[in-house]
Amino acid sequence: MVDEALKIEMGKQGIVVTSLQELYNWGRRGSVWPMNFGLACCAIEMIATTMARYDMARFGAEVFRPSPRQADLLIVSGTVTKKMAPQVVRLYNQMPEPRYVIAMGACAISGGPFKQGYNVLKGIDRYIPVDVHIPGCPPRPEALLEAFITLQKKIDAQPLTGEGRPRFLDAAAQGEFPVPVPGEHDLEPASNKGVWPVPVVIR
Amino acid sequence: MKTIEEIKAAIEAAVPGAGVEVVPNPSPSAQHSLRLSPERAVEVARFLRDDAELALDFLSNVTGVDWPDREVAEKVKVTRTVTKIVEGVEQAAEETAEETQKRVEPGYLEVVYHLFSVEKKYGPVVLRMRTVNRTDKVELPSLTPVWRSAEFQEREIYDLFGVFFTGHPDLRRILMWEGFQDHPMLRDYVEPDDFEYEPTAHDEVLARAQAHEAAVAGREGTGVGQ
Repeated sequence: MVDEALKIEMGKQGIVVTSLQELYNWGRRGSVWPMNFGLACCAIEMIATTMARYDMARFGAEVFRPSPRQADLLIVSGTVTKKMAPQVVRLYNQMPEPRYVIAMGACAISGGPFKQGYNVLKGIDRYIPVDVHIPGCPPRPEALLEAFITLQKKIDAQPLTGEGRPRFLDAAAQGEFPVPVPGEHDLEPASNKGVWPVPVVIR
Repeated sequence: MKTIEEIKAAIEAAVPGAGVEVVPNPSPSAQHSLRLSPERAVEVARFLRDDAELALDFLSNVTGVDWPDREVAEKVKVTRTVTKIVEGVEQAAEETAEETQKRVEPGYLEVVYHLFSVEKKYGPVVLRMRTVNRTDKVELPSLTPVWRSAEFQEREIYDLFGVFFTGHPDLRRILMWEGFQDHPMLRDYVEPDDFEYEPTAHDEVLARAQAHEAAVAGREGTGVGQ
């Protein structure tokens, strides 16, 4: 690793010093293409975020792909019903690595105001790994931008080798996540093992 | 615009033996409704729509109500024959006493239709239909052939309450998936036990979460499951 101060000093002299990891992650974080996929009212805020006023294109995410095959980022924007959850997991499975997930809004992270509803999934993180959770009902476009910047920082910090490397560089990492099956009373299973460790609640 | 009694009279004149009954609403809104007998309901509905004076051409809303079985306690005067000894001689005498009797009123499912007339600019006229019970005799005639807008809402009632609409063109579940067994809007619906993570639970949810935690702790203690 090059000393940060030295790097800046050399930059002033017109010499760029970098590492392969930095260059690679800089390229990756600057072109995260979200999937053109909205679920509920949060999707309206997501659309607003991409439009001229908030302009998500500033962060390299202007191209919303209408196909999971070409997308890097799944923004789960809205209530995930139990009828829709298998489709969300399936879409996630169809995305190529590297892929990231932002759970946007109260519903996507926990079920939100509909948590006790008979048809609402209590958070998409039960089935797929979520990188950034945003609270809000719906979150402001600024919140989505903040989440996106957080995701970029996360990508930037990922080492290419060793512990904590992204899934696509880890041959042993889980690639496909089981799609829940609509059962007679509920989705089966209720959560994917390993994806969602049940948090401990202290009462 | 006709009053509910006038509408009832008009129906009875047009459809003999319609079996229409006024269900009064004692609240200040006084929005009384008409209870139709399922046998003649389609005929009555067609009359309400096609009659030149009533012209109820717009079905705005269809909804369901679940009335569970309820126990009614009534005070009843009971006359019993008791033997009394009057002046050393046994005599039969009648005695009246008050007694509390409990009986179970069987529940039923109810479907409510709200009708308006766009042509005559009035409404709503409320129709009701009741099933025989809540479990197996839950057939009601579909009014979709009369008002097309009932189609999706009757499907929703079928999905959430389990009322089976005969004559419906496409009776499938609409909100829940095919293969789902329950009817979530019934009062005795038991939701799946997915209360493993309730960080801000209170009241009913807190009780369910604690029951879930106790069950999990019990399973771990015995080494079964998990």
